[in-house]
Amino acid sequence: MAALRQIAFYGKGGIGKSTTSQNTLAALAEMGHKILIVGCDPKADSTRLILHQKAQDTILSLAAEAGSVEDLELEDVMKVGYNDIRCVESGGPEPGVGCAGRGVITSINFLEENGAYEGVDYVSYDVLGDVVCGGFAMPIRENKAQEIYIVMSGEMMAMYAANNISKGILKYANSGGVRLGGLVCNERQTDKEYELADALAKKLGSKLIYFVPRDNIVQHAELRRMTVIEFAPESKQAEHYRTLATKIHANVGNGTIPTPITMDELEDMLMEHGIMKAVDESEIGKKAAELGLTAVA
Amino acid sequence: MSVAVAETVAEIKARNKELVQEVLKVYPEKTAKRRAKHLGLFEDGKPDCGVKSNIKSVPGVMTIRGCAYAGSKGVVWGPIKDMIHISHGPVGCGQYSWASRRNYYIGTTGVDTFGTMQFTSDFQEKDIVFGGDKKLAKIIDEIEVLFPLNKGISVQSECPIGLIGDDIEAVSKAKTKEYAGKTIVPVRCEGFRGVSQSLGHHIANDAIRDWVFDKMDGKPARFESTPYDVAIIGDYNIGGDAWSSRILLEEMGLRVVAQWSGDGTIAELEATPRAKLNVLHCYRSMNYISRHMEEKYGTPWVEYNFFGPSKIAESLRKIASHFDETIKENAEKVIAKYQALCDAVIAKYRPRLEGKTVMLYVGGLRPRHVIGAYEDLGMEIVGTGYEFGHNDDYQRTTHYVKDGTLIYDDVTGYEFEKFVEKVQPDLVGSGIKEKYVFQKMGVPFRQMHSWDYSGPYHGYDGFAIFARDMDMAINSPVWKMTKAPWAA
Repeated sequence: MAALRQIAFYGKGGIGKSTTSQNTLAALAEMGHKILIVGCDPKADSTRLILHQKAQDTILSLAAEAGSVEDLELEDVMKVGYNDIRCVESGGPEPGVGCAGRGVITSINFLEENGAYEGVDYVSYDVLGDVVCGGFAMPIRENKAQEIYIVMSGEMMAMYAANNISKGILKYANSGGVRLGGLVCNERQTDKEYELADALAKKLGSKLIYFVPRDNIVQHAELRRMTVIEFAPESKQAEHYRTLATKIHANVGNGTIPTPITMDELEDMLMEHGIMKAVDESEIGKKAAELGLTAVA
Repeated sequence: MSVAVAETVAEIKARNKELVQEVLKVYPEKTAKRRAKHLGLFEDGKPDCGVKSNIKSVPGVMTIRGCAYAGSKGVVWGPIKDMIHISHGPVGCGQYSWASRRNYYIGTTGVDTFGTMQFTSDFQEKDIVFGGDKKLAKIIDEIEVLFPLNKGISVQSECPIGLIGDDIEAVSKAKTKEYAGKTIVPVRCEGFRGVSQSLGHHIANDAIRDWVFDKMDGKPARFESTPYDVAIIGDYNIGGDAWSSRILLEEMGLRVVAQWSGDGTIAELEATPRAKLNVLHCYRSMNYISRHMEEKYGTPWVEYNFFGPSKIAESLRKIASHFDETIKENAEKVIAKYQALCDAVIAKYRPRLEGKTVMLYVGGLRPRHVIGAYEDLGMEIVGTGYEFGHNDDYQRTTHYVKDGTLIYDDVTGYEFEKFVEKVQPDLVGSGIKEKYVFQKMGVPFRQMHSWDYSGPYHGYDGFAIFARDMDMAINSPVWKMTKAPWAA
């Protein structure tokens, strides 16, 4: 058996991380790889397309019920879905209380201690929006995910988040072995999206591993709680995910230590591509009326 | 360098300066620069002791300080005997601070008083992840069932409470409402706040202001007041200190309406704004609430010192000066009454202790307050310092120490050892963590936080015990059987 590949998907909230990761992992499973998905988002929606259910019982909710995480068995928390993909969700508190970051740490420790990674080829962590605290950086620490794939789009904030995540990876790249596997652009049909994504990837010292075009079939599959791979295996979109899966599989050892850029550099990049107009320094903070622009009603 | 031969003030000053330079030498440059500000000697005529204080300890050194939780739960709130104080968070903070302060009290423990019991929410992983507010609410419910005679509850926050953003104020308010206006006080004394336990005292004082006093607005405590009502503030009744203090105030005709907080109750706290005078012993830990009561209720406060007959007499007169002639006359009578006792104590112990030197390192009051008691026995303080004092403490210290006294703020384990090794005092007075280090060095030692399981040391009765204990430590035959490492 080949060495265990531990990968993680990060990216701005709502960018399509879970959809992209589940479709890609379904494609990898189709190729015969044994997969474990670890959802690291309190929303617990990282496995719904594989399991065909809204949200599975999470490690943390089951632990809270049982008393402590030590009272749980692996079988209690692990579900098997499409193509024998194993699924666990870390879960976490309702918004506004407790410490979701600690929850991620607790869950991953539990999985490791209970041998959840035995007999699989891929462990994939699906992590919420941004590396907001140490807990959400857990999957990129020593001996966890070695390759991070950042899901992004041509939108400014998605690229901003990608840059931030790169900073998180850089922080742990030297103490552990984590590397940036590449950027996955989930098309939003913004202007010059491919060029921008490609340029950002290069700036970050990485590469755009794949540009996933937008296709409504993804929503059709999603509504039925399925991946496109399962819902419409013959579709063009399924083929795109297969290509992405193949590229990720071939990407072993090709990860890089990212070179995050400053906010200014990021803005310069947008201007270069004509997405953002250069604004004179003197205009910063001025209202439309002050600038003599037509006021918006 | 030569040790313990400095005789004149000039020699002592030169030696102490040299000593400070010597201990600083071992530090990295940056640390030495920072520590240098905390070490020095008192120079006559200066307004303070020439050291900086209340600054973050240097990482890597062994500091003797505690944390904000220790200051609130351990010092200010803990002794209030008819309240239940929840150590809110993981079990360790409550466990290791359990009943360690020797705050004596009267009552039936577990029924109407709870001083030596430990209540903790014993946080588990799931409480961190999902928040502990529900658990706190449940604990309060259980307390109400199991200990119905409790008069109030305080929630003493340990570090995680502040980290995970639990809303203990909301729980406290809701439960206060549910239990008919019961006093439930959330205290944000997370250990990581501030540089020492000192901030914990302040936070605890503020919590009394906001959750005890403000709650009473418009409905002051009801009791028949007299012109002679005083409250003892900042006496934690270690080994019965407040009791041996209280009797003196009562003998001079004053009525003690409250003890803060040793052997104290929530009702006493509530009564205090109506006192005629607040008498403040531990300035450091309770000056905040004393100032607040002065501003809001017009209650004046006066600092006093009940260690040793000289300071006791001075303090009794100072307190009496706030009252009428009767009280002033009574103060003289009290002083006269105990004169014989003091004379006997001094006659017995002074010959055995005369000229003995002492180095102190204690908390926020005793590094200066106990000096008079030692001097009454003919002893001399050659070095002193505060764990968590502020500059106003060092200003007050100038009235106690002699020219050239070695001063060490937030002393490190290393510095303290070196100082004692070189100065070779006849006695070191500090805490449990220091005790065995110095005893193993062959230096007599007394714990000056807990009175080494003895006490009281306050008041005239306390002075007799103090004198006996110091004699016992210094003149114990055991020291003749040991050899200090530096003694050839």
